[in-house]
Amino acid sequence: MQLIIPTEVQRRIDNLKDQDLYIHLEMTTGAYAAHFDSSKHPAANFITNAIIRFSHGSISGNGPFRVGLKMEQGWIYSEGLTHFEESEAERLILAGHDSQGKLVVSLQLSRQPF
Amino acid sequence: MERHILVVLPHPDDEAFGLSGTLAKHIKNGSQVTYACLTLGEMGRNMGNPIIASRITLPSIRKKELQDSCDAIGIQDLRMLGFHDKTIEFEDQDLLDSRIDAIIKEVNPSLIFTFYPGYSVHPDHDATGAAVVRTVGRIPKEQRPPVYCLAFAKNLEEGIGQPNVFNDVREFLPQKVQSILAHRSQFQVAELLDEVDYTSKEIVDRFGTERFWIYPFD
Repeated sequence: MQLIIPTEVQRRIDNLKDQDLYIHLEMTTGAYAAHFDSSKHPAANFITNAIIRFSHGSISGNGPFRVGLKMEQGWIYSEGLTHFEESEAERLILAGHDSQGKLVVSLQLSRQPF
Repeated sequence: MERHILVVLPHPDDEAFGLSGTLAKHIKNGSQVTYACLTLGEMGRNMGNPIIASRITLPSIRKKELQDSCDAIGIQDLRMLGFHDKTIEFEDQDLLDSRIDAIIKEVNPSLIFTFYPGYSVHPDHDATGAAVVRTVGRIPKEQRPPVYCLAFAKNLEEGIGQPNVFNDVREFLPQKVQSILAHRSQFQVAELLDEVDYTSKEIVDRFGTERFWIYPFD
């Protein structure tokens, strides 16, 4: 994973619009959050290989970044993104890592199932 | 000597801190070990520090780490069952139990290791332990192998009391440390990164004893 280059991510978003895509969207505090610190509220969610289609999408912010994807009937939104996978030309692979390198959020789009 | 040990845990790395020394000890004494690892830990949030993995590459990286850890311990038979990380508690119980039961019937273990259901913090740990206990509980009492459980919840003492088994694994700290280090995307243990003094008080206190609760079936 590399630090996000917004123009590179925007190019990938544009390449994926107006078509059926598989999405992986995730956010997590980690399963051990409350075990290590009882003041923390552990929470996580993920959805893998749901099919979505967006007509308009962009990346914004100065880092960490946000991505919004406009669908016919709603939105996909993700905040806290720091890294992308540069070697993935056909897929959009985005993640946000905290200061220890732990994954906090991820947004992935692909024409094939994950 | 244990003839055949079956280990049932949900994630690559679950064996490293609490069990690897005990397994290395049994293997040295001639035991066969089958390790059934339910998932590839593909939803883990540790990606290495510096980052060496991504959501895409994590499953294959953790698979290799698990194989390296098993090699370090000397485990002869590793099975990866292909369930999905974080989903064990929601998985079809009949399917889960039948996969575990098939391995028990095949290898006929004299001892089983898993997590203590309800006292192992991660939902996958608790659900894996529960599946093992359900499955073993169906075996007639006189044929039932003992189930030794790992546990690390905060309320252990009031819930399940003191551990029944304490294993001195000081002699097997090199294998244990190699098992921990094999999971390099998951653990960065500062005191293990340089030359390790296996006799130092800090290392012995932290890693030298492994403890288990024997599951009370009746």
